[in-house]
Formats: sequence, structure tokens, C-alpha cells
Amino acid sequence: MAVIAENTVNFTKALAPTSLSVSKSNIEKAMYTLENSPLPTTRNEAWKYTRLVKIGKVKFQNTKATIASIDPYKIVESACTFVFVNGHFSAELSSRVIPAGVTCELLSELNEEIGTSVNLENELFNATNTAHLTGGIRITISAKTVVESPIQIIHVLKGDHVISNFRTIIKAEKFSKSAIVQGFFSEEGEVNFCNNITEVSVEDNAFLTIDKIQYESENSFHINTEEVQQAKNSNFTINTFTLNGGIVRNNLHINVNGENCESHLNGAYLLKNKQHVDNHSIVDHKVPNCESFELYKGVIDDNSTGVFNGKVYVRQDAQKINAFQSNGNVLLSDNATINSKPELEIYADDVKCSHGSTTGQLDEEAVFYLRARGLSEKSARQLMVSAFIGEVLNKVENEQVLDFIHGILRKRFDWNL
Amino acid sequence: MIKIENLHARVEEKEILKGLNLTVNAGEIHAIMGPNGAGKSTLASVLAGREDFEVTEGSVDFDGEDLLEMDTEERAREGLFLAFQYPVEIPGVSNVNFLRTAINEIREHKGEDPISAKDFMAMVREKSALVELDAKLASRSVNEGFSGGEKKRNEIFQMAMLNPKLSILDETDSGLDIDALRIVANGVNKLKTKNNATIVITHYQRLLDYIVPDFVHVLFDGKIVKTGGKELALELEEKGYDWIKEELAAAH
Ligand SMILES: Nc1ncnc2c1ncn2[C@@H]1O[C@H](COP(=O)(O)OP(=O)(O)OP(=O)(O)O)[C@@H](O)[C@H]1O
Ligand SMILES: [Mg+2]
Repeated sequence: MAVIAENTVNFTKALAPTSLSVSKSNIEKAMYTLENSPLPTTRNEAWKYTRLVKIGKVKFQNTKATIASIDPYKIVESACTFVFVNGHFSAELSSRVIPAGVTCELLSELNEEIGTSVNLENELFNATNTAHLTGGIRITISAKTVVESPIQIIHVLKGDHVISNFRTIIKAEKFSKSAIVQGFFSEEGEVNFCNNITEVSVEDNAFLTIDKIQYESENSFHINTEEVQQAKNSNFTINTFTLNGGIVRNNLHINVNGENCESHLNGAYLLKNKQHVDNHSIVDHKVPNCESFELYKGVIDDNSTGVFNGKVYVRQDAQKINAFQSNGNVLLSDNATINSKPELEIYADDVKCSHGSTTGQLDEEAVFYLRARGLSEKSARQLMVSAFIGEVLNKVENEQVLDFIHGILRKRFDWNL
Repeated sequence: MIKIENLHARVEEKEILKGLNLTVNAGEIHAIMGPNGAGKSTLASVLAGREDFEVTEGSVDFDGEDLLEMDTEERAREGLFLAFQYPVEIPGVSNVNFLRTAINEIREHKGEDPISAKDFMAMVREKSALVELDAKLASRSVNEGFSGGEKKRNEIFQMAMLNPKLSILDETDSGLDIDALRIVANGVNKLKTKNNATIVITHYQRLLDYIVPDFVHVLFDGKIVKTGGKELALELEEKGYDWIKEELAAAH
């Protein structure tokens, strides 16, 4: 290995190298990036609206911690629940009743090299995740297995300036059907950083749903990168709910590699105070006869900022693609900001694609109408916000996930619906 | 029930109500007629508490309380109901859901317990039958994709659900076919008791064949300029408003 020069980025300086069996070549690539790539600035197109300066200033560390109870973070009742605190597996809080046909392996216990499908070149956060990988899990749903209740993975950050570099690897084999629930939380502590990567492979005719809830503290950082590969006839859904967090960035990259696939990307973000949430998605239609549906909606209050950048590629040979993308936002305050940029890049000619972005305020006429029926102004506004965001919530099939989200809305946004 | 005295109201810099007087007692039905732009809807809006309008003079007493001091929702909770001339569409907000919230907030305001789901559903069934509103419409998003007539029927359905003391129906008859008109009027009549009162704003005498008013008022240029019995409506239908303008000019 080359002599390691000092990192150019501050935030990884205090971190030990990973103790996991990450492949040597990946570590080398990651180290090269850490040594040579500076923290992206807003001059970088991919980070145009999201300033990372605050992240760059913190010297993160990784420490183990324990939490008293998992109850506040349990999204669903599942006997297959894995809990990670600061990226480290917590055997006491987890419940390892693994459904038949499913294998769950902790990356810390893996006796093989951990490779990756994410790009390590110039990608600072992927490189950090690789070189300093804290923990991870590999879930394999074997061919033809239908898993009834979801597999749940819960992450809790605790302590000050803690970083968790975590990796989830999901392999949904042929003809399998399953659902994964991911929750990201924080408990006591300041300025934490969850740097998570999820690599997903949905094989032929497989059906996979991921429900993801992000609910960390208002001064935390969260960067989530999903790299998804879809093989032919597969159906993949990911629902992302961002309900708290300081700076949150979701990079969702779906590679549709096989024909007759369906991809569903839904997201809702409700922001207040100074939160900044940035959803970047790419759906890459490389082959013909596929459909993708993307719906993101945001409610942005106070001084918070939402960013939506959704790209759909339809490659030259990818005929008969139906791709729909929409982003809607409601601004509840004069200081709230949204930067929305839906993009289609189409190189095939026989396709049906649409995209749209709307931004507005609540309809004051409707608020008056509801108040004239006796609703308080607060209830009237809530009802309208909930109707707006309801279009996304309706996409969630798991009632327990929905209930959990509603619980947070009551707690954090004082909803009484 | 309601006593409006010397009411002046303006929107932006324009004065629209110019010293309006009107008293309505419990058990009465009043009709207000008048040319377009006279200020009929403005009166309804001011009474409902729309903030675009500024009351510059006058008073409104509603069952012993100062109506103008109350927020819109408080007026509704105290029993004032406005059937809108142009009901808004509210996508995603279900009619029955919002009505349940409304009823419970009204009950809370009165210190009562929330309505049970069972009682509420029974009430929805009963009241939607009253105005022959399809139960499916009752549970759809508020007015979304409703026809003009369905929107008006939905207003009366809501009125039936909320059981107000004073209802103001702003051109609830416009856009209704003859059957719908009969149904809506029937609904209003069935809801009538000696303890509540209704103000119907209309351009057409035909509604008043069904909802028989005790008084008919002519609202012209921001004031009530003439009051009579139900025969006044017939006269207006026949002769229009010019003779009233002439009467007014002569009086000056
Ligand atoms: N928000 C507003 N801004 C400016 N002018 C307004 C506003 N609302 C009403 N007006 C004006 O006030 C006057 C009275 O309007 P209003 O709607 O009360 O009349 P109306 O008697 O209900 O008429 P119609 O029979 O056509 O329903 C009209 O000249 C109208 O243009
Ligand atoms: Mg009018």
C-alpha cells in the first residue's frame, strides 16, 4: 500500500481505519480519495444547494455506546429486528429470529472480503464509509422466499461528534418477496453524523420494499446513499420519510438493468427551524419496457430548506419506457426555501415520460372555508398539510409504519389528527 | 338572534357596505335580494369573519355577544353557518373527516364529549339522506370534482351536520336544476325550528316558493333599502330593480 499522506479533509482525521474485512483494493481507492478529494463545495453541481462546511469543521470519532431501551425507535413489531448503536451491533436490544429462507450476517462477523458497488472515486462520503467502516449487515432473501413480516434495522446515534459509517447489503434473490424497514434515530448528544450506504440487488422477478424513516436530531448530519440494481421483471419500492435531522442528504441511485421492471420512489419531508434536506435521485433506464414512478412531497416551514434533484435517464435502446416524476412543495413561511429540479434525459424515442414540480402555499380560501365550519386555524392548516403529504403516506402499505410516522407528526409537529 | 346596526365595511379602499341594518329573530326566515354587486355576499362574508373585509363602523349582536369580536371559527362554534356562493374544492381533505373534526371542536368549545364514531356515522347517513347526497360524495374530498349542484347540496349537508342557530345561504339555488332545488329547499325546511333562523340570499323568486320567507329585503348599494313580505319577491321578479332605484332617487 502506498504511504498514506495526511487527509485533506478534517472530519475523518480522528478516525481509526476499519476493523472489518473490507477488500484491500477498496481501502486503497478510498484512501486515495480521502487524500486527494476536498470537501465538495456548492460550486460542485451535485452539491449546489447543500453546504457541507459545517460537516467539514467537526472532528468526528466513533465510540461505542449503550441505550436503555429500543422501544421509542421500534417502527414495527418484528422478531427480526437488528439494532445498531453508533454503527455497532447491539445483541441485547436486537431480536434475531430470522425468517426461513433469509440469512442475516453481520459484516463484523463476515469471513470474506467486503466489496462494494458504490463509486469510491472522488466520492468523499463513500470513501469515508469504506475506509472507516464501523459495521454493517448483509441480508439475503433466498430464491422464492416470501417473507411475511418486515426485517427491521434500527440505527441510533448517541454521544457527541459521533460518526457511524454503516453498510447494509440487501440481496433479494429470484422470485422472492420481502420488505425491509430502516429507522435512523439519535439519542442524547450533539452534532452526530450518520454516513450510511445501502447496496441493493433485486434479482429476476423479485419484489422488494424498503420503508425508511429518518428522525435524528436537529443538529445532526445524515448522508444516505442507496445503490440499487434491478434485474428483469423485478419490482422495487423505496419510501423515504425525513422527519428530523440537521443536514440530510439522500442519494438514491436506481439502475434498471433488466426489462419489465417497476420502480417506485416515494418521499416525504417535513421540515422546520433550520433543517436542510436534500433528496437526490437517479433512475437509470438502460433497457426497454420498464416503468418508474417517483413522487416526492415536502412541507417546509420556518427557515428550513428543501432540495429536490431527480434525474431520470432513458438510454438510447430503452424504448417503451414509462417514467413519471413529480415533486410538490408547500412553503409555510416566508423564510422557507425550496430548490426543485426534476430532470429528464431521454435518448430513446418511443417513451412516455413526464415530470413536474410545484411549489405553493396553503390555499387560504380553503383555510377560511374550514374555519367557517368551526375548525381552529391550526386544525385547518394541519388538515390541509396532511392532505398534501397524504398522497405520499398512502403509498405505504405497512400500517405499523404509518402509525409510527403519525406518532412522530403528533410529537414533533403537534398534530392532533 | 342577530341584530346588525349601521354596518359599514370595505375591501381594500372600496366601501361596500354603507350603513346596513337588519334584525333577524329566532324562528324567522329572511330573504335578501338585490342586483349583482350590491354587497350581498360581502354581508355574508363579513358576518362569517372573512379577514379581507374591514368593518369601519357599526355593530353586530349575535345572541347577546359581539359577533365582530369573534374569530371565524368561534362564530361557527356559536352557531353561525354560511353556505358559500362558491364552495372551495379541497383536494385530499375528506368531507366526513373534516366534519368530524369540526363537530368535535365545536363540542369541545361547548364543554361536551367528542362524538362516538358510531353516532357520527349514523348522523352522516341520516343527514346525507336528508339532502339526497350520495354517501360516496359525503366521504370524498371536499367538493373536489363535484358538479355545481352537488357542491350546493354538500353545503346543505354540512349545515345539517352542524345544526347551526343562524344559517346564511348565499345563492344556494343558483346552478340547481328544479329537482335539486326542491331537495335542497326541503332539506332547509326540515332543519327549520322555532329556535333557529335562516337568511337566504337569492336572485330568484322560485326558491322562495319552496322556502317561504317571513321577510324579503332589498339590498342595494350596500344598504337594505326596502323590506316587505313574500309578495315583494314576486314584484321584484316581475319589475326588476329600476323602480326601487327610482323610488330611492325620488326620496332624496
Ligand atoms: N375581495 C374584493 N376585492 C375588491 N372588491 C371586491 C372584493 N369582494 C367584493 N368586491 C366588490 O364588492 C362589491 C360587492 O360584491 P358582492 O360579492 O358582495 O356582491 P353580491 O351582491 O353578492 O353580487 P352577486 O349577486 O353578483 O353575487 C362588488 O363590486 C365587488 O366587485
Ligand atoms: Mg354574491
